[in-house]
Amino acid sequence: MGTAGRVTVDALRRQVAAIERAGDGTRPLAGRRLPVDHGPVDAAIGGGLAAGVLHEILPAAVADSAAAGGFALALSLCLAPAERPLVWIRAAAAVRESGELHPDGLAALGLDPARLILVRLGDAASILRAGVEVARCAALGAVIVELYGDPKALDLTSERRLMLAAEQSGVSVILLRPGAKAAPGGAETRWRLASGQTQPLPMNAPGRPAFDLTLLRHRHGPPGGPWRLEWNRDAKRFEPLHFATETLRRDPDALPRVEPAAPAAGRALWRHAG
Amino acid sequence: MPAEAPLLITEKVKGALVIAARDPAAIRLGLAPGLTLAEARARIADPAVAEADPAADAALLERIADWCDRYTPLVALDGPGGLMLDLTGVAHLFGGEAAMLEDCLKRLNTFGISARIAIAGSADAARALARARPGSIVPPGGEALAVRDLPVTLLGLDAARSLALTRAGLKTIGDLIDRPRAPLAARFGAECVDRIAGLTGLVHHPISPRRLVPVALAERIFFEPVSRTEDIEATLAGLALDVARLLEKRGEGGRRFEAVFYRVDGFVRRIVVTTSRPNRDAKALIRLFREKLDALSDPLEAGFGFDLVRLGTFATEPFDEIETSLDGRARDEDALTDLVDRLGARFGPEHVLRFVPEDTHIPERRARAVPVLAAPAVRWQADLVAGEPPLRPLSLFNPPEPIEALAEVPDGPPLRFRWRRVLHRVARAEGPERIAPEWWRMSDDTLDRDYYRVEDQEGRRFWLYREGLYGQETTNPRWYLHGLFA
Repeated sequence: MGTAGRVTVDALRRQVAAIERAGDGTRPLAGRRLPVDHGPVDAAIGGGLAAGVLHEILPAAVADSAAAGGFALALSLCLAPAERPLVWIRAAAAVRESGELHPDGLAALGLDPARLILVRLGDAASILRAGVEVARCAALGAVIVELYGDPKALDLTSERRLMLAAEQSGVSVILLRPGAKAAPGGAETRWRLASGQTQPLPMNAPGRPAFDLTLLRHRHGPPGGPWRLEWNRDAKRFEPLHFATETLRRDPDALPRVEPAAPAAGRALWRHAG
Repeated sequence: MPAEAPLLITEKVKGALVIAARDPAAIRLGLAPGLTLAEARARIADPAVAEADPAADAALLERIADWCDRYTPLVALDGPGGLMLDLTGVAHLFGGEAAMLEDCLKRLNTFGISARIAIAGSADAARALARARPGSIVPPGGEALAVRDLPVTLLGLDAARSLALTRAGLKTIGDLIDRPRAPLAARFGAECVDRIAGLTGLVHHPISPRRLVPVALAERIFFEPVSRTEDIEATLAGLALDVARLLEKRGEGGRRFEAVFYRVDGFVRRIVVTTSRPNRDAKALIRLFREKLDALSDPLEAGFGFDLVRLGTFATEPFDEIETSLDGRARDEDALTDLVDRLGARFGPEHVLRFVPEDTHIPERRARAVPVLAAPAVRWQADLVAGEPPLRPLSLFNPPEPIEALAEVPDGPPLRFRWRRVLHRVARAEGPERIAPEWWRMSDDTLDRDYYRVEDQEGRRFWLYREGLYGQETTNPRWYLHGLFA
């Protein structure tokens, strides 16, 4: 069977599985695809981000860890059914590098801090173990597993374990890897993420969070990007932003591949400073 | 002639080394505590000398007390070197008081510990008899008779009053018992009369047990010690069922469970799991214990095996039978508390956290991360304006990190700053947002902070502040980086 055939069979199996799960109230989103930006990113990943699988986010640089954390949180808000709790498993090293999560900041991105359970652990092996344990709990909305660097404990097997746990429970798992050099590839999608220049507000104030993201790997399609997305906290979704060419400096190879995203028509980008 | 040198334990009293304790060989030679080491050396050649280590002594006593738990849950430390066990209603489990005393002595001896034990109807009588006539068992009501011929020093009064009693010709407790109490109280203090009443069993002085008494307790005693993991788990499973049944009878569920393993050589290991809701599901309990046992960095060293395993529960609460709900919401909640309990058992409850808001506007004190087990979720009050960008960073450094910043004017936003040796050029900035310290906490060195949201040319967003109002509080304000925006 050729690769194309394989992909079709996989897709069919997935559909069957989704139909079988449909009656099960505990996994409302398993097998579904959820829109990210209703635009170019969704188009590149087959109509939306798959729920109940593993997605991997690699910050372009360690300095982008905070942005990647925000992006992971925003993504999990897209993926999680409303009001379900989120779990964020963090390494102590990540806290040293980019600080402790700030509940007001979580709220400012659209997550009620009361919805978050924070698991703070020391070593990668514990984090992965806790990750699998948590991902099995179907009562959750989504899980963010943050691992610093390239720990030995993270290999294809452990990623696969996370993926299986996610598929069983229907809970999406986002693996956040600041300071990582890539390698294991058990995830459904893998993204490179950098902080993007915001659409400035009057008086040259920084605007809503913007992210430059590149699709590095996708199980069921070609890679893509880069795109620039802006997080709309109120609508809980991303919106495409204009690219200024100089911002592509961090990802020059990807430059000619994809047309810049179209601006969101009719949307007021300007607002009054509060 | 002596086979080996007597052992003297010394302590320093007023600069001189004084004997604090000694071994039987030294006792035979008539070396008494209180004698200086120099004097002892003058009497015998080459005694073996060791320095007293009160902390280690106390630790050993604690371990013995732990081990004594096997007889009764009410074990109290009693002065230096003493333990008091409340045997009310437990002696028959060990074949009567005499058999129990025998058993305890025999086991302690196998650990290399010599002990003197007495059993009596009151704590004071038992204490005095253990020192004067170890091995005695006073029949109920026989205290007054049993303590009659003990010396008055065993009343436990201070040295001056003991001496005064002897000088008055009152040498034994019996002498005191026969006298009217009022003159005794007038001459030697009310304490003296109180002690006599305690010794004769007229008054019961309570003991203060070291541990809580479990609400429900189940145990297994093994004649052949168990050491295999499977056996231990099976034992725990059986005990969990017993405890669950006990709790069911009471209509309660436990929030804290303790498994105690008594190893044959006297070592006692306790393992505690806590649950976020009252629990009496034996299967769930076993899962939690298994998590905990798996996660132990030093595994349950079975050694020669455990001869007693116990499971007790503390902190019980009324337990409502779960109504099976159709909408699945209750089931979700169950799944979540189960998850939190399991994570808590494996990694420790202090690693599974949630944020609880505090009533303050100082950013670093806005919230505390507390164990999920300990705190219910509190809804967050956030006044967000639609369309506004985040005004607070996703992550916060505590303490804030000092940076070198350059501003165009002393009270303006920064133009560039250096953080962790990297230079950032500011492309956009908004501020200042002034956050003043709380005056009721203020000390002289807390200054106002002017916060700026800035974005550098790379598109990364930071929360910086300048400490101190330029021209009013300081002429050389310092800059800090407090947080990172997404």
